[in-house]
Amino acid sequence: MSAAPQIDLTNAETFPSRRTEAWKYSDMKRWLREAPEPSGTALVGAPGPFYDLGGEAIVFANGRPVGVTDFIASGVQTLRLRFISDAVGTGHTAAARIVARPGARLLLLETHEGKGSAYVAHNKVEIDVARDAEVTRIVLIEEPEDAISVTNAEVRLEAGGRYRQTVVTTGAKLQRIETQLSHGAEGADARLDGLYLLKGSRHTDLTTVVDHRAADGTTSQLTKGVVHDTARGVFQGKIIVERGADGTDARMAHNALIASERGEIDAKPELIIYADDVQCAHGNTVGTLDESALFYIQQRGIPADEARALLVQAFLFEVIDRIEDEAAKEVVRAWLTARL
Amino acid sequence: MLKINNLHVSVADKPILKGLTLEVPAGEVHAVMGPNGAGKSTLGYSLSGRPGYEVTDGSASWNGQDLLGLDPAERAAAGVFLSFQYPMEIPGVPAMTFIRTALNAQKRARGEEEVSAPAFLKQVKAASQALKMDFDMLKRPLNVGFSGGEKKRMEILQMALLEPSLLILDETDSGLDIDALRIVSEGVNALRRADRSMLVITHYQRLLDYIKPDKVHVLAAGRIVASGGPELALELEAEGYDKFLPTAA
Repeated sequence: MSAAPQIDLTNAETFPSRRTEAWKYSDMKRWLREAPEPSGTALVGAPGPFYDLGGEAIVFANGRPVGVTDFIASGVQTLRLRFISDAVGTGHTAAARIVARPGARLLLLETHEGKGSAYVAHNKVEIDVARDAEVTRIVLIEEPEDAISVTNAEVRLEAGGRYRQTVVTTGAKLQRIETQLSHGAEGADARLDGLYLLKGSRHTDLTTVVDHRAADGTTSQLTKGVVHDTARGVFQGKIIVERGADGTDARMAHNALIASERGEIDAKPELIIYADDVQCAHGNTVGTLDESALFYIQQRGIPADEARALLVQAFLFEVIDRIEDEAAKEVVRAWLTARL
Repeated sequence: MLKINNLHVSVADKPILKGLTLEVPAGEVHAVMGPNGAGKSTLGYSLSGRPGYEVTDGSASWNGQDLLGLDPAERAAAGVFLSFQYPMEIPGVPAMTFIRTALNAQKRARGEEEVSAPAFLKQVKAASQALKMDFDMLKRPLNVGFSGGEKKRMEILQMALLEPSLLILDETDSGLDIDALRIVSEGVNALRRADRSMLVITHYQRLLDYIKPDKVHVLAAGRIVASGGPELALELEAEGYDKFLPTAA
Protein backbone atom coordinates (compact mmCIF):
# COMPACT_ATOMS: atom_id res chain seq x y z
CA MET A 1 0.00 0.00 0.00
CA SER A 2 2.95 2.31 0.44
CA ALA A 3 2.81 5.40 -1.74
CA ALA A 4 6.38 6.27 -0.79
CA PRO A 5 9.39 4.39 -2.01
CA GLN A 6 11.89 4.13 0.81
CA ILE A 7 13.67 7.43 0.51
CA ASP A 8 17.26 7.39 1.68
CA LEU A 9 18.79 10.87 1.67
CA THR A 10 22.27 9.41 1.22
CA ASN A 11 21.27 7.71 -2.03
CA ALA A 12 19.95 9.87 -4.89
CA GLU A 13 18.65 6.80 -6.68
CA THR A 14 15.92 6.47 -4.07
CA PHE A 15 14.52 9.98 -4.77
CA PRO A 16 11.17 9.64 -6.53
CA SER A 17 10.51 11.50 -9.75
CA ARG A 18 7.27 12.25 -11.58
CA ARG A 19 7.65 8.96 -13.40
CA THR A 20 6.42 7.34 -10.21
CA GLU A 21 2.62 7.78 -10.34
CA ALA A 22 2.31 8.68 -6.65
CA TRP A 23 4.91 11.45 -7.11
CA LYS A 24 3.56 12.83 -10.36
CA TYR A 25 2.92 16.30 -8.92
CA SER A 26 5.94 16.39 -6.61
CA ASP A 27 9.02 15.63 -8.63
CA MET A 28 11.68 15.34 -5.94
CA LYS A 29 14.34 14.33 -8.41
CA ARG A 30 13.84 17.53 -10.38
CA TRP A 31 14.92 19.64 -7.42
CA LEU A 32 17.39 17.20 -5.94
CA ARG A 33 19.66 15.44 -8.40
CA GLU A 34 22.31 14.45 -5.90
CA ALA A 35 22.31 13.32 -2.30
CA PRO A 36 22.87 16.35 -0.02
CA GLU A 37 25.82 16.49 2.35
CA PRO A 38 24.75 15.48 5.86
CA SER A 39 23.74 18.32 8.15
CA GLY A 40 25.82 19.26 11.15
CA THR A 41 24.55 19.83 14.66
CA ALA A 42 22.02 22.55 15.46
CA LEU A 43 20.77 24.33 18.55
CA VAL A 44 17.18 23.87 19.66
CA GLY A 45 16.75 27.59 20.26
CA ALA A 46 13.37 29.17 20.99
CA PRO A 47 10.46 27.11 22.35
CA GLY A 48 8.07 25.89 19.66
CA PRO A 49 4.52 27.16 19.00
CA PHE A 50 2.94 24.62 21.39
CA TYR A 51 5.28 25.34 24.33
CA ASP A 52 2.49 26.81 26.45
CA LEU A 53 0.51 23.58 26.26
CA GLY A 54 3.16 21.78 28.27
CA GLY A 55 3.61 18.01 28.34
CA GLU A 56 6.56 15.86 27.38
CA ALA A 57 8.80 16.53 24.38
CA ILE A 58 10.69 14.71 21.69
CA VAL A 59 13.04 17.06 19.86
CA PHE A 60 15.14 16.54 16.75
CA ALA A 61 17.65 19.18 15.72
CA ASN A 62 18.87 18.59 12.16
CA GLY A 63 17.71 15.02 12.52
CA ARG A 64 19.68 14.38 15.70
CA PRO A 65 17.55 13.43 18.68
CA VAL A 66 17.92 15.68 21.73
CA GLY A 67 17.02 12.92 24.19
CA VAL A 68 14.58 10.12 23.40
CA THR A 69 13.06 9.22 20.02
CA ASP A 70 10.31 6.93 21.27
CA PHE A 71 7.31 7.58 23.46
CA ILE A 72 4.78 5.29 25.04
CA ALA A 73 1.62 7.01 26.23
CA SER A 74 -0.69 5.72 28.91
CA GLY A 75 -3.50 7.62 30.59
CA VAL A 76 -3.98 11.19 29.39
CA GLN A 77 -0.82 12.79 28.07
CA THR A 78 0.49 15.57 25.87
CA LEU A 79 3.61 15.15 23.75
CA ARG A 80 5.31 17.85 21.73
CA LEU A 81 7.22 16.40 18.79
CA ARG A 82 9.55 18.98 17.29
CA PHE A 83 11.52 18.68 14.08
CA ILE A 84 13.93 21.58 13.98
CA SER A 85 15.93 22.23 10.83
CA ASP A 86 18.66 24.83 11.07
CA ALA A 87 20.87 23.69 8.22
CA VAL A 88 22.03 25.45 5.07
CA GLY A 89 22.18 23.37 1.92
CA THR A 90 22.53 20.02 3.72
CA GLY A 91 20.23 17.09 4.49
CA HIS A 92 19.08 15.12 7.54
CA THR A 93 16.70 12.37 8.54
CA ALA A 94 14.73 12.00 11.76
CA ALA A 95 12.58 9.13 12.98
CA ALA A 96 10.19 9.00 15.92
CA ARG A 97 8.02 6.19 17.23
CA ILE A 98 4.90 6.74 19.30
CA VAL A 99 2.67 4.20 20.96
CA ALA A 100 -0.63 4.90 22.69
CA ARG A 101 -1.39 2.04 25.07
CA PRO A 102 -4.90 0.61 25.39
CA GLY A 103 -7.29 3.30 26.62
CA ALA A 104 -4.64 6.07 26.51
CA ARG A 105 -5.43 9.56 25.27
CA LEU A 106 -2.52 11.31 23.68
CA LEU A 107 -2.42 14.86 22.35
CA LEU A 108 0.50 14.85 19.92
CA LEU A 109 1.60 18.37 18.99
CA GLU A 110 4.07 18.19 16.14
CA THR A 111 5.97 21.13 14.73
CA HIS A 112 8.34 21.41 11.82
CA GLU A 113 10.43 24.46 12.58
CA GLY A 114 12.54 25.37 9.60
CA LYS A 115 15.14 28.03 10.34
CA GLY A 116 17.96 27.44 7.91
CA SER A 117 17.77 27.55 4.14
CA ALA A 118 17.90 25.20 1.18
CA TYR A 119 18.02 22.18 3.47
CA VAL A 120 16.55 18.76 2.80
CA ALA A 121 14.62 17.19 5.66
CA HIS A 122 13.21 13.70 5.82
CA ASN A 123 11.00 12.91 8.79
CA LYS A 124 9.44 9.62 9.72
CA VAL A 125 6.81 9.09 12.38
CA GLU A 126 5.31 5.78 13.39
CA ILE A 127 2.18 5.84 15.48
CA ASP A 128 0.49 2.82 17.01
CA VAL A 129 -2.95 3.37 18.48
CA ALA A 130 -3.84 0.41 20.67
CA ARG A 131 -7.31 -0.87 21.49
CA ASP A 132 -9.65 1.94 22.56
CA ALA A 133 -6.84 4.48 22.66
CA GLU A 134 -7.07 7.93 21.11
CA VAL A 135 -4.37 10.00 19.46
CA THR A 136 -4.89 13.56 18.30
CA ARG A 137 -2.01 14.65 16.08
CA ILE A 138 -1.78 18.32 15.16
CA VAL A 139 1.04 19.30 12.82
CA LEU A 140 2.18 22.90 12.23
CA ILE A 141 4.74 23.25 9.47
CA GLU A 142 6.72 26.38 8.73
CA GLU A 143 9.70 26.07 6.46
CA PRO A 144 11.81 28.41 4.32
CA GLU A 145 10.74 28.82 0.69
CA ASP A 146 13.86 27.06 -0.59
CA ALA A 147 13.65 23.97 1.64
CA ILE A 148 12.79 20.47 0.53
CA SER A 149 11.05 18.19 3.00
CA VAL A 150 9.33 14.84 3.02
CA THR A 151 7.42 13.63 6.04
CA ASN A 152 5.97 10.18 6.22
CA ALA A 153 3.67 9.06 9.00
CA GLU A 154 2.54 5.49 9.39
CA VAL A 155 -0.45 5.09 11.62
CA ARG A 156 -1.88 1.76 12.75
CA LEU A 157 -5.23 1.56 14.50
CA GLU A 158 -6.30 -1.35 16.66
CA ALA A 159 -9.91 -2.22 17.51
CA GLY A 160 -11.89 0.78 18.65
CA GLY A 161 -8.85 3.03 18.26
CA ARG A 162 -9.44 6.68 17.45
CA TYR A 163 -7.11 8.93 15.51
CA ARG A 164 -7.54 12.64 14.78
CA GLN A 165 -5.07 14.43 12.53
CA THR A 166 -4.85 18.04 11.39
CA VAL A 167 -1.91 19.10 9.24
CA VAL A 168 -1.43 22.84 8.72
CA THR A 169 1.30 24.06 6.41
CA THR A 170 2.56 27.06 4.50
CA GLY A 171 4.61 24.90 2.12
CA ALA A 172 8.23 24.97 1.00
CA LYS A 173 10.10 24.64 -2.30
CA LEU A 174 8.99 21.03 -2.44
CA GLN A 175 7.13 19.57 0.47
CA ARG A 176 5.37 16.26 0.86
CA ILE A 177 3.37 15.38 3.94
CA GLU A 178 2.29 11.81 3.68
CA THR A 179 0.07 9.84 6.01
CA GLN A 180 -0.54 6.15 5.66
CA LEU A 181 -3.18 4.88 7.99
CA SER A 182 -4.48 1.39 8.42
CA HIS A 183 -7.62 0.28 10.17
CA GLY A 184 -6.11 -3.02 11.37
CA ALA A 185 -9.01 -4.14 13.51
CA GLU A 186 -12.72 -3.46 13.63
CA GLY A 187 -14.49 -0.34 14.79
CA ALA A 188 -11.59 2.11 14.48
CA ASP A 189 -12.31 5.73 13.75
CA ALA A 190 -10.07 8.19 11.90
CA ARG A 191 -10.27 11.86 11.00
CA LEU A 192 -7.53 13.08 8.65
CA ASP A 193 -7.67 16.79 7.92
CA GLY A 194 -5.34 19.13 6.13
CA LEU A 195 -4.93 22.84 5.52
CA TYR A 196 -2.50 24.59 3.24
CA LEU A 197 -1.91 28.29 2.66
CA LEU A 198 0.72 28.84 0.00
CA LYS A 199 2.32 32.06 -1.21
CA GLY A 200 5.10 32.91 -3.63
CA SER A 201 6.25 29.85 -5.57
CA ARG A 202 5.74 27.43 -2.69
CA HIS A 203 4.57 23.88 -3.06
CA THR A 204 2.99 21.37 -0.77
CA ASP A 205 1.66 17.89 -1.35
CA LEU A 206 -0.72 16.41 1.18
CA THR A 207 -1.00 12.73 0.43
CA THR A 208 -3.01 10.25 2.44
CA VAL A 209 -3.50 6.53 1.99
CA VAL A 210 -6.16 4.98 4.20
CA ASP A 211 -6.45 1.23 4.25
CA HIS A 212 -9.62 -0.26 5.72
CA ARG A 213 -8.61 -3.82 6.50
CA ALA A 214 -11.27 -4.56 9.11
CA ALA A 215 -15.02 -4.12 9.49
CA ASP A 216 -16.96 -1.13 10.75
CA GLY A 217 -14.19 1.41 10.48
CA THR A 218 -14.91 5.09 9.81
CA THR A 219 -12.75 7.68 8.10
CA SER A 220 -13.56 11.35 7.65
CA GLN A 221 -11.27 13.64 5.71
CA LEU A 222 -11.45 17.37 5.06
CA THR A 223 -8.62 19.20 3.37
CA LYS A 224 -8.81 22.85 2.39
CA GLY A 225 -6.23 25.00 0.74
CA VAL A 226 -5.56 28.42 -0.72
CA VAL A 227 -2.83 29.21 -3.24
CA HIS A 228 -1.57 32.69 -4.06
CA ASP A 229 0.92 33.90 -6.67
CA THR A 230 2.47 30.93 -8.51
CA ALA A 231 2.13 28.47 -5.64
CA ARG A 232 1.03 24.92 -6.17
CA GLY A 233 -1.07 22.77 -3.87
CA VAL A 234 -1.39 19.03 -4.29
CA PHE A 235 -3.92 16.79 -2.61
CA GLN A 236 -3.86 13.06 -3.14
CA GLY A 237 -6.26 11.00 -1.10
CA LYS A 238 -6.60 7.28 -1.51
CA ILE A 239 -9.03 5.15 0.44
CA ILE A 240 -8.88 1.38 0.06
CA VAL A 241 -11.65 -0.78 1.47
CA GLU A 242 -10.42 -4.34 1.48
CA ARG A 243 -12.43 -7.53 1.19
CA GLY A 244 -14.17 -8.19 4.49
CA ALA A 245 -14.05 -4.58 5.64
CA ASP A 246 -17.84 -4.47 5.58
CA GLY A 247 -19.66 -1.63 7.24
CA THR A 248 -16.88 0.83 6.41
CA ASP A 249 -17.92 4.49 6.30
CA ALA A 250 -15.35 6.67 4.55
CA ARG A 251 -15.75 10.26 3.41
CA MET A 252 -13.16 12.48 1.83
CA ALA A 253 -13.42 16.12 0.78
CA HIS A 254 -10.90 18.52 -0.69
CA ASN A 255 -11.84 22.15 -1.34
CA ALA A 256 -9.38 24.68 -2.64
CA LEU A 257 -9.28 28.33 -3.68
CA ILE A 258 -6.93 29.79 -6.25
CA ALA A 259 -6.40 33.41 -5.27
CA SER A 260 -4.20 34.41 -8.22
CA GLU A 261 -3.91 34.07 -11.97
CA ARG A 262 -1.08 31.58 -11.89
CA GLY A 263 -1.70 29.47 -8.81
CA GLU A 264 -2.22 25.76 -9.34
CA ILE A 265 -4.09 22.99 -7.59
CA ASP A 266 -3.75 19.31 -8.40
CA ALA A 267 -6.17 16.94 -6.75
CA LYS A 268 -6.39 13.21 -7.04
CA PRO A 269 -9.02 11.49 -4.93
CA GLU A 270 -9.26 7.70 -5.24
CA LEU A 271 -11.66 5.19 -3.74
CA ILE A 272 -10.84 1.52 -4.19
CA ILE A 273 -13.55 -0.72 -2.80
CA TYR A 274 -13.51 -4.53 -2.54
CA ALA A 275 -16.05 -4.94 0.28
CA ASP A 276 -19.85 -4.93 0.40
CA ASP A 277 -22.19 -2.79 2.42
CA VAL A 278 -19.87 0.19 2.62
CA GLN A 279 -20.55 3.90 2.47
CA CYS A 280 -17.89 5.87 0.66
CA ALA A 281 -17.94 9.33 -0.84
CA HIS A 282 -15.50 11.90 -2.04
CA GLY A 283 -15.88 15.49 -3.17
CA ASN A 284 -13.42 17.87 -4.71
CA THR A 285 -13.89 21.56 -5.54
CA VAL A 286 -11.50 24.21 -6.80
CA GLY A 287 -12.70 27.80 -7.07
CA THR A 288 -11.67 31.42 -6.81
CA LEU A 289 -12.42 34.14 -4.29
CA ASP A 290 -15.96 35.40 -4.73
CA GLU A 291 -15.60 38.88 -6.31
CA SER A 292 -19.11 39.93 -5.28
CA ALA A 293 -18.45 39.01 -1.66
CA LEU A 294 -15.13 40.84 -1.86
CA PHE A 295 -16.84 44.02 -3.06
CA TYR A 296 -19.55 43.72 -0.43
CA ILE A 297 -16.96 43.51 2.34
CA GLN A 298 -15.00 46.47 0.93
CA GLN A 299 -18.18 48.52 0.59
CA ARG A 300 -18.56 48.28 4.37
CA GLY A 301 -15.15 49.91 4.81
CA ILE A 302 -12.76 46.96 4.99
CA PRO A 303 -9.74 47.53 2.68
CA ALA A 304 -9.18 45.07 -0.18
CA ASP A 305 -6.26 43.13 1.37
CA GLU A 306 -8.09 42.75 4.65
CA ALA A 307 -11.26 41.72 2.82
CA ARG A 308 -9.38 39.01 0.97
CA ALA A 309 -7.75 37.77 4.18
CA LEU A 310 -11.17 37.68 5.83
CA LEU A 311 -12.59 35.45 3.09
CA VAL A 312 -9.52 33.22 3.07
CA GLN A 313 -9.61 32.91 6.85
CA ALA A 314 -13.30 32.09 6.87
CA PHE A 315 -12.70 29.45 4.23
CA LEU A 316 -9.80 27.80 6.04
CA PHE A 317 -11.10 28.00 9.60
CA GLU A 318 -13.59 25.24 8.87
CA VAL A 319 -10.71 22.78 9.12
CA ILE A 320 -9.41 24.23 12.38
CA ASP A 321 -12.89 24.23 13.88
CA ARG A 322 -12.83 20.44 13.69
CA ILE A 323 -10.01 20.26 16.25
CA GLU A 324 -11.59 19.13 19.49
CA ASP A 325 -8.90 20.25 21.93
CA GLU A 326 -9.76 23.88 22.66
CA ALA A 327 -6.31 25.03 23.76
CA ALA A 328 -4.59 23.50 20.73
CA LYS A 329 -7.31 24.90 18.46
CA GLU A 330 -6.60 28.42 19.75
CA VAL A 331 -2.86 28.04 19.09
CA VAL A 332 -3.50 26.85 15.53
CA ARG A 333 -6.01 29.65 14.87
CA ALA A 334 -3.57 32.30 16.04
CA TRP A 335 -0.71 30.67 14.12
CA LEU A 336 -2.69 30.71 10.89
CA THR A 337 -4.14 34.20 11.40
CA ALA A 338 -0.59 35.55 11.70
CA ARG A 339 0.25 34.02 8.31
CA LEU A 340 -2.80 34.99 6.22
CA MET B 1 -24.48 67.38 -0.53
CA LEU B 2 -24.22 64.68 -3.17
CA LYS B 3 -23.32 66.18 -6.56
CA ILE B 4 -23.31 64.02 -9.65
CA ASN B 5 -22.52 65.81 -12.87
CA ASN B 6 -22.73 64.40 -16.40
CA LEU B 7 -21.81 60.88 -15.21
CA HIS B 8 -21.03 58.35 -17.92
CA VAL B 9 -20.45 54.73 -16.88
CA SER B 10 -19.78 51.67 -18.99
CA VAL B 11 -19.95 48.03 -18.01
CA ALA B 12 -17.94 45.67 -20.24
CA ASP B 13 -17.58 48.56 -22.73
CA LYS B 14 -21.34 49.00 -22.93
CA PRO B 15 -22.48 52.53 -21.95
CA ILE B 16 -25.12 52.33 -19.21
CA LEU B 17 -25.15 55.79 -17.63
CA LYS B 18 -25.07 58.50 -20.28
CA GLY B 19 -24.70 61.88 -18.71
CA LEU B 20 -26.51 61.53 -15.41
CA THR B 21 -26.80 64.73 -13.38
CA LEU B 22 -28.28 64.78 -9.90
CA GLU B 23 -27.95 66.67 -6.62
CA VAL B 24 -29.11 65.56 -3.19
CA PRO B 25 -28.74 68.26 -0.51
CA ALA B 26 -27.83 67.23 3.06
CA GLY B 27 -30.77 65.95 5.07
CA GLU B 28 -32.93 65.17 2.03
CA VAL B 29 -34.28 61.88 0.77
CA HIS B 30 -34.43 61.53 -2.99
CA ALA B 31 -35.97 58.64 -4.86
CA VAL B 32 -34.63 57.46 -8.20
CA MET B 33 -37.23 55.51 -10.11
CA GLY B 34 -36.99 53.91 -13.47
CA PRO B 35 -37.80 50.93 -15.62
CA ASN B 36 -35.68 47.79 -15.70
CA GLY B 37 -32.40 48.32 -17.49
CA ALA B 38 -32.41 52.10 -17.02
CA GLY B 39 -29.17 51.98 -15.01
CA LYS B 40 -30.55 52.19 -11.47
CA SER B 41 -28.25 49.56 -9.92
CA THR B 42 -25.35 50.89 -12.00
CA LEU B 43 -25.81 54.26 -10.30
CA GLY B 44 -25.45 52.65 -6.85
CA TYR B 45 -22.47 50.56 -7.87
CA SER B 46 -20.72 53.49 -9.58
CA LEU B 47 -21.06 55.71 -6.53
CA SER B 48 -19.70 52.95 -4.29
CA GLY B 49 -16.84 51.97 -6.64
CA ARG B 50 -17.64 48.43 -7.72
CA PRO B 51 -14.92 47.01 -10.01
CA GLY B 52 -16.13 46.66 -13.59
CA TYR B 53 -18.17 49.88 -13.52
CA GLU B 54 -15.96 52.15 -15.53
CA VAL B 55 -16.52 55.88 -15.29
CA THR B 56 -15.71 57.33 -18.70
CA ASP B 57 -16.80 60.92 -18.05
CA GLY B 58 -18.32 63.23 -15.46
CA SER B 59 -17.90 63.63 -11.72
CA ALA B 60 -19.42 62.64 -8.41
CA SER B 61 -18.64 64.19 -5.05
CA TRP B 62 -19.93 63.88 -1.54
CA ASN B 63 -19.66 66.92 0.74
CA GLY B 64 -17.09 68.36 -1.63
CA GLN B 65 -14.93 65.22 -1.69
CA ASP B 66 -14.41 63.57 -5.07
CA LEU B 67 -15.67 60.00 -4.81
CA LEU B 68 -14.51 58.59 -8.10
CA GLY B 69 -10.81 58.62 -7.18
CA LEU B 70 -11.36 56.56 -4.02
CA ASP B 71 -11.42 52.79 -3.64
CA PRO B 72 -14.61 51.19 -2.23
CA ALA B 73 -13.34 51.04 1.36
CA GLU B 74 -12.24 54.69 1.25
CA ARG B 75 -15.67 55.70 -0.01
CA ALA B 76 -17.25 53.79 2.87
CA ALA B 77 -14.99 55.64 5.31
CA ALA B 78 -16.09 58.88 3.64
CA GLY B 79 -19.67 58.00 4.58
CA VAL B 80 -21.03 56.12 1.56
CA PHE B 81 -23.20 53.09 2.31
CA LEU B 82 -24.82 51.00 -0.40
CA SER B 83 -27.61 48.75 0.79
CA PHE B 84 -27.53 45.85 -1.66
CA GLN B 85 -30.55 44.58 -3.51
CA TYR B 86 -29.22 41.08 -2.78
CA PRO B 87 -26.90 41.26 0.25
CA MET B 88 -24.04 38.76 0.05
CA GLU B 89 -23.67 35.75 2.31
CA ILE B 90 -20.26 35.66 4.02
CA PRO B 91 -19.71 32.14 5.39
CA GLY B 92 -17.45 31.73 8.39
CA VAL B 93 -17.64 35.35 9.55
CA PRO B 94 -20.10 36.02 12.39
CA ALA B 95 -22.28 39.07 11.65
CA MET B 96 -21.21 40.88 14.78
CA THR B 97 -17.51 40.33 14.09
CA PHE B 98 -18.00 41.54 10.54
CA ILE B 99 -19.71 44.78 11.54
CA ARG B 100 -17.17 45.58 14.23
CA THR B 101 -14.29 44.88 11.83
CA ALA B 102 -15.90 47.23 9.29
CA LEU B 103 -16.62 49.93 11.85
CA ASN B 104 -13.07 49.89 13.18
CA ALA B 105 -11.57 49.85 9.69
CA GLN B 106 -13.60 52.97 8.88
CA LYS B 107 -12.58 54.61 12.13
CA ARG B 108 -8.91 53.85 11.47
CA ALA B 109 -9.20 55.33 7.99
CA ARG B 110 -10.69 58.51 9.48
CA GLY B 111 -8.06 58.69 12.21
CA GLU B 112 -10.64 58.05 14.95
CA GLU B 113 -10.32 55.81 17.97
CA GLU B 114 -11.56 52.25 17.54
CA VAL B 115 -14.57 51.04 19.46
CA SER B 116 -13.96 48.45 22.18
CA ALA B 117 -15.71 45.08 22.17
CA PRO B 118 -17.88 45.77 25.24
CA ALA B 119 -18.94 49.20 24.00
CA PHE B 120 -19.77 47.74 20.60
CA LEU B 121 -21.78 44.91 22.15
CA LYS B 122 -23.96 47.49 23.90
CA GLN B 123 -24.59 49.35 20.64
CA VAL B 124 -25.42 46.14 18.80
CA LYS B 125 -27.90 45.04 21.45
CA ALA B 126 -29.74 48.36 21.33
CA ALA B 127 -29.77 48.53 17.52
CA SER B 128 -30.94 44.94 17.05
CA GLN B 129 -33.74 45.43 19.56
CA ALA B 130 -34.95 48.47 17.67
CA LEU B 131 -35.13 46.36 14.50
CA LYS B 132 -36.80 43.45 16.34
CA MET B 133 -33.93 41.15 15.43
CA ASP B 134 -33.06 38.03 17.37
CA PHE B 135 -29.68 38.78 18.95
CA ASP B 136 -28.50 35.20 18.32
CA MET B 137 -28.71 35.90 14.59
CA LEU B 138 -25.75 38.24 15.01
CA LYS B 139 -23.57 35.39 16.18
CA ARG B 140 -24.27 33.45 13.01
CA PRO B 141 -22.22 33.88 9.83
CA LEU B 142 -23.34 37.05 8.07
CA ASN B 143 -26.50 36.50 6.01
CA VAL B 144 -25.87 32.76 5.62
CA GLY B 145 -29.22 31.03 5.44
CA PHE B 146 -31.07 34.27 6.26
CA SER B 147 -34.43 34.97 4.61
CA GLY B 148 -34.74 37.94 2.26
CA GLY B 149 -36.33 39.99 5.02
CA GLU B 150 -33.64 39.06 7.53
CA LYS B 151 -30.92 40.08 5.08
CA LYS B 152 -32.52 43.49 4.55
CA ARG B 153 -32.87 43.97 8.27
CA MET B 154 -29.19 43.10 8.61
CA GLU B 155 -28.41 45.83 6.06
CA ILE B 156 -30.37 48.37 8.10
CA LEU B 157 -28.64 47.21 11.27
CA GLN B 158 -25.27 47.79 9.60
CA MET B 159 -26.38 51.27 8.58
CA ALA B 160 -27.45 52.06 12.13
CA LEU B 161 -24.09 50.94 13.51
CA LEU B 162 -21.75 52.23 10.81
CA GLU B 163 -23.54 55.59 10.74
CA PRO B 164 -22.89 56.52 7.12
CA SER B 165 -23.78 60.02 5.94
CA LEU B 166 -24.85 59.00 2.41
CA LEU B 167 -27.25 56.07 2.18
CA ILE B 168 -27.94 54.47 -1.15
CA LEU B 169 -30.78 51.96 -0.96
CA ASP B 170 -30.86 49.70 -4.00
CA GLU B 171 -34.30 48.09 -4.41
CA THR B 172 -34.60 47.68 -0.68
CA ASP B 173 -38.22 46.55 -1.03
CA SER B 174 -37.51 43.59 -3.29
CA GLY B 175 -38.23 40.28 -1.67
CA LEU B 176 -39.99 41.81 1.33
CA ASP B 177 -43.51 41.03 2.49
CA ILE B 178 -45.58 43.87 3.84
CA ASP B 179 -44.60 43.35 7.50
CA ALA B 180 -40.89 43.17 6.71
CA LEU B 181 -41.25 46.24 4.48
CA ARG B 182 -42.77 48.17 7.37
CA ILE B 183 -40.02 47.19 9.82
CA VAL B 184 -37.24 47.92 7.33
CA SER B 185 -38.79 51.28 6.39
CA GLU B 186 -39.16 52.28 10.02
CA GLY B 187 -35.49 51.41 10.45
CA VAL B 188 -34.56 53.64 7.52
CA ASN B 189 -36.81 56.50 8.69
CA ALA B 190 -35.21 56.38 12.13
CA LEU B 191 -31.91 57.13 10.42
CA ARG B 192 -33.11 60.39 8.86
CA ARG B 193 -30.98 63.24 10.04
CA ALA B 194 -30.20 66.80 9.02
CA ASP B 195 -26.64 65.92 7.98
CA ARG B 196 -27.48 62.65 6.23
CA SER B 197 -28.68 62.20 2.66
CA MET B 198 -30.47 59.24 1.17
CA LEU B 199 -30.83 58.00 -2.37
CA VAL B 200 -33.66 55.51 -2.62
CA ILE B 201 -33.46 53.49 -5.82
CA THR B 202 -36.66 51.66 -6.64
CA HIS B 203 -38.76 50.33 -9.45
CA TYR B 204 -42.03 50.50 -7.53
CA GLN B 205 -43.81 53.33 -5.83
CA ARG B 206 -44.81 51.01 -2.96
CA LEU B 207 -41.62 51.63 -0.94
CA LEU B 208 -42.22 55.40 -1.10
CA ASP B 209 -45.44 54.98 0.87
CA TYR B 210 -43.18 54.09 3.76
CA ILE B 211 -40.06 56.10 3.06
CA LYS B 212 -41.34 59.51 2.00
CA PRO B 213 -39.00 61.23 -0.40
CA ASP B 214 -38.43 64.98 -0.68
CA LYS B 215 -37.89 64.60 -4.39
CA VAL B 216 -38.44 61.98 -7.07
CA HIS B 217 -36.26 61.56 -10.18
CA VAL B 218 -36.98 59.43 -13.20
CA LEU B 219 -33.99 57.54 -14.60
CA ALA B 220 -34.43 56.28 -18.13
CA ALA B 221 -31.82 55.18 -20.68
CA GLY B 222 -28.96 56.28 -18.45
CA ARG B 223 -30.10 59.83 -17.62
CA ILE B 224 -32.41 61.68 -15.28
CA VAL B 225 -35.27 62.63 -17.57
CA ALA B 226 -37.72 64.14 -15.10
CA SER B 227 -37.68 65.42 -11.52
CA GLY B 228 -40.48 66.46 -9.21
CA GLY B 229 -42.11 66.10 -5.82
CA PRO B 230 -43.57 62.92 -4.29
CA GLU B 231 -46.56 63.23 -6.62
CA LEU B 232 -44.32 62.20 -9.53
CA ALA B 233 -44.04 58.73 -8.01
CA LEU B 234 -47.81 58.39 -7.91
CA GLU B 235 -48.03 59.52 -11.50
CA LEU B 236 -45.52 56.86 -12.53
CA GLU B 237 -47.44 54.27 -10.59
CA ALA B 238 -50.62 55.20 -12.48
CA GLU B 239 -49.19 55.76 -15.95
CA GLY B 240 -46.04 53.66 -16.08
CA TYR B 241 -42.67 54.60 -17.52
CA ASP B 242 -43.72 54.50 -21.17
CA LYS B 243 -43.66 58.20 -21.80
CA PHE B 244 -40.06 58.40 -20.55
CA LEU B 245 -38.72 55.62 -22.75
CA PRO B 246 -36.76 56.62 -25.85
CA THR B 247 -39.14 54.80 -28.19
CA ALA B 248 -42.07 56.87 -26.89
CA ALA B 249 -40.21 60.13 -27.40
